[in-house]
Amino acid sequence: MPVERQQDYVLRTVEERGVRFVQLWFTDVLGRPKSFQITPAELENALQEGMTFDGSTIDGFSRVQESDVLAMPDAKTFQLLPYLAEGAPVARVVCDVVNLDGSSFEGDPRHVLRRALERARGLGFSFFVAPELEYFYFSPPANGTEGVAPVPLDRGSYFDLTINDLSSELRRETVLTLEDMGIPVEYSQHEDAPSQHEIDLRYTDAMTMADTVMTVRMVVKEIAASHGVMATFMPKPLPGVQGSGMHTHMSLFDADNNAFYGDADEYSLSPVARQFIAGVLTHARELTAVTNQWVNSYKRLIVGYEAPVYISWARNNRSALVRVPPTKKGKRDSTRIEYRAPDSAANPYLAFAAVLAAGLTGIEKGYELPEEAAANLYELSPAQRLAEGIEALPGSLSEAVEAMERSELMAEILGEHVFEWFVRNKRAEWADYKAEVTAFEWRRYLTSL
Amino acid sequence: MEPLLLFPDPAPPPLAQALDMGGYPWKAASSAQMADRIEPDDGWSGAIVCADADPDAAFALCRALRKRDVPLAPLLLVVDLEQLDELELREDLFDDFCVVAWKGRELEARLAHLFWRTGRGTRPDLVEYGPLVLNLETYQAALSGRPMDLTYMEYELLKFLATHPGKVFTRETLLSRVWGYEYYGGARTVDVHIRRLRAKLGEEQANLISTVRSVGYRFGQGRWGA
Repeated sequence: MPVERQQDYVLRTVEERGVRFVQLWFTDVLGRPKSFQITPAELENALQEGMTFDGSTIDGFSRVQESDVLAMPDAKTFQLLPYLAEGAPVARVVCDVVNLDGSSFEGDPRHVLRRALERARGLGFSFFVAPELEYFYFSPPANGTEGVAPVPLDRGSYFDLTINDLSSELRRETVLTLEDMGIPVEYSQHEDAPSQHEIDLRYTDAMTMADTVMTVRMVVKEIAASHGVMATFMPKPLPGVQGSGMHTHMSLFDADNNAFYGDADEYSLSPVARQFIAGVLTHARELTAVTNQWVNSYKRLIVGYEAPVYISWARNNRSALVRVPPTKKGKRDSTRIEYRAPDSAANPYLAFAAVLAAGLTGIEKGYELPEEAAANLYELSPAQRLAEGIEALPGSLSEAVEAMERSELMAEILGEHVFEWFVRNKRAEWADYKAEVTAFEWRRYLTSL
Repeated sequence: MEPLLLFPDPAPPPLAQALDMGGYPWKAASSAQMADRIEPDDGWSGAIVCADADPDAAFALCRALRKRDVPLAPLLLVVDLEQLDELELREDLFDDFCVVAWKGRELEARLAHLFWRTGRGTRPDLVEYGPLVLNLETYQAALSGRPMDLTYMEYELLKFLATHPGKVFTRETLLSRVWGYEYYGGARTVDVHIRRLRAKLGEEQANLISTVRSVGYRFGQGRWGA
C-alpha cells in the first residue's frame, strides 16, 4: 500500500469530484475537534510535507521552546463530507501532529493511542472497540440564557415510536449520513431520558474508531444545527435523568482468533480476558480522570441511573463497571467486555489508550480476576461493600485527578507531556468549579441560613 | 486523450458528470470564437453540442466547426424530442445525436462508437459490473451513475473484487493482495472494510459482495449462480 498511491488517490479524487475545500482534522488533548481548511491547490504540498501551525494555540499542545508543529494528513482517512456537500463538495482528512523534524509530537492524542496499540501488538494482539454514544438534543440556548437549564425537544420514553418526532428524525438523518460515509451503525434508539438518543457503532480497530467517534460527534452536531437544534455530548445535562455515557465494548484479537474467547470457561472467557478485566478493574480509579474528564462527568457517575459507581464486573448487571455481555453459543467472535464508565465527552484516543493499557497490564502481570458481583451493587450497604472488598470509582474530578497523579501506569501511557498538562489543566478546572456558588446553594441555604 | 468541446458554457451538470464518470476530459465554450481560443494544442477530440436550450447558437457553432479546414468530428448533438424535425437538412452538421433525458450509459456508448468510427480517442480503463462502474484511471467509482464516496482502502478493495467477479477470496488473500502487508487489524480489517463497502453500496446493492461461509467473500454471482 504505497503512500504515493494513497496520495495520488486523494489528489485525483479531489480533482475528479470538484472538491473545493479540504479540512485537516486533529484533536486537542481534551478531545475537542480542531481543523483548518485548505484549498486543493495546497493539498499536494500538505500531503507530502504537512502544514505548519502554531501549537501554542491548541489546548495541551503548548511547549516551552518550539511552538510550531506540523499537521501531517493521513491519506487513508480521506473522506468526502456528504452533510456539507451542497454544490461545493468538502472533504476531510485526519492528521497526525508531528514536530518540525518529522518525529511524533508527544502532545498528539493519536500518537498516545498509537503507542498503546504498539504495546498490544508487541504482545501479539490487535484491539477492537465498539462504543455506544449517547447524547441529547435541546433547543439552542437563546441569547443571554447562558447558565440556564436546557430545554428538551420531546417527551418520548424508551423505545417509543412517535411519528413526526423531530429528534428521532434528526437521529435517522444522522445515521443515514454516517452510513453514506461508510460508518456502519449497529443500532440506534431513543434513550431513557427526554431528548436523549444513542448511536451504537460497529466494532473496528481502535485508531479508526477514535477517528470515527470524532466524526460522529461532528455529524450529530452539524445535522442538528442545520435544523436549528443543539446536540450535546455533555455527560449529565439534566438532573434527575440519565446522563450520556460511552459504554465501550472491547476485544483483543490474536491474529484471526478472539483472544477473549475460552471454551473451557463457564463465562466463555479465556484466561487472557480474565486478566484483562482484572487489569481494567485494578487500574480503574487511576484512569477515570481520562474516561470522565469533566467536573460534570461525576454527576453522571452516581447511584441509580445505570451508570457505574462501584468497581466490579458481572455478566448481566448493569450497575457493574465491567459487563460481560452474554453471547450466542458458538459465536466466539462476539465474546467481548463492556467498560461502562466512559462518557460521550471523553477524548476517545486517550480513553481507548488508557483502558487498553490497564487491561494489558493485567495480562502482563497475570492479575487474578475477583468473583463476579452478585447482587445489584447499588443496594449494598457500605458495610457489605467493605466486606466484599468493592471499591468505588472517584466521586469527583478532584478525586480522579488525585488517583491519576499517583499512577505510574497513566504517566507511562499518556507520556510525560500529556500527563503533566492534563493534571495541571484538570486541577485548574476543579479550582474554577470550587470557586462557583451554585443554584443548589442558593435554593438550599439563602433563605434558611 | 484530448478534451471534448462542450456547448454551452457552463456545461449542463448531468452531461459534465457523465463525462467525468466516463473518464472523458472536456472543456466548455459558449461560442465558436471561444472554442478556437481555448482549443488544446493537439485539437479537440470531438464535440458535444446541446441544442435544447439555445438552438440557433448551437447550430451556428456546429456550422462553424464543420466549416473549418479540417471539419471537427465526431460531433454529437443533444436535442429535445420536439426538435427532431429541425434536424432535417442539417444532417451534415453532426455525426450522431441523443435526445434529452439520455442516459449516461447511452451517451458513453454513442461516444465510444463515434470514436471507433473516426478512429480517434481511447477508452479509459473501465470496470463495469451491473450498475457499478469503476474508472481505474481516475480512481472513481459510481453506482447507477451516482459517484461513490470511498476512502482509498475501500476503493482498492472494491477494485480488486470487481476485477475478479465470481471468485471467492479468503480474508488472508484479500489482506495480502489489497493491503499488501501485515496490517494492524489482521484479517478482521477485511471484515470491517467489507461492511463499510456494503454500507456505501446501499441496501439494494449490498449483496454485490456476498459472504461465503467459513471461506471469505465473493463479488457478484458465482459461475453457477448464487
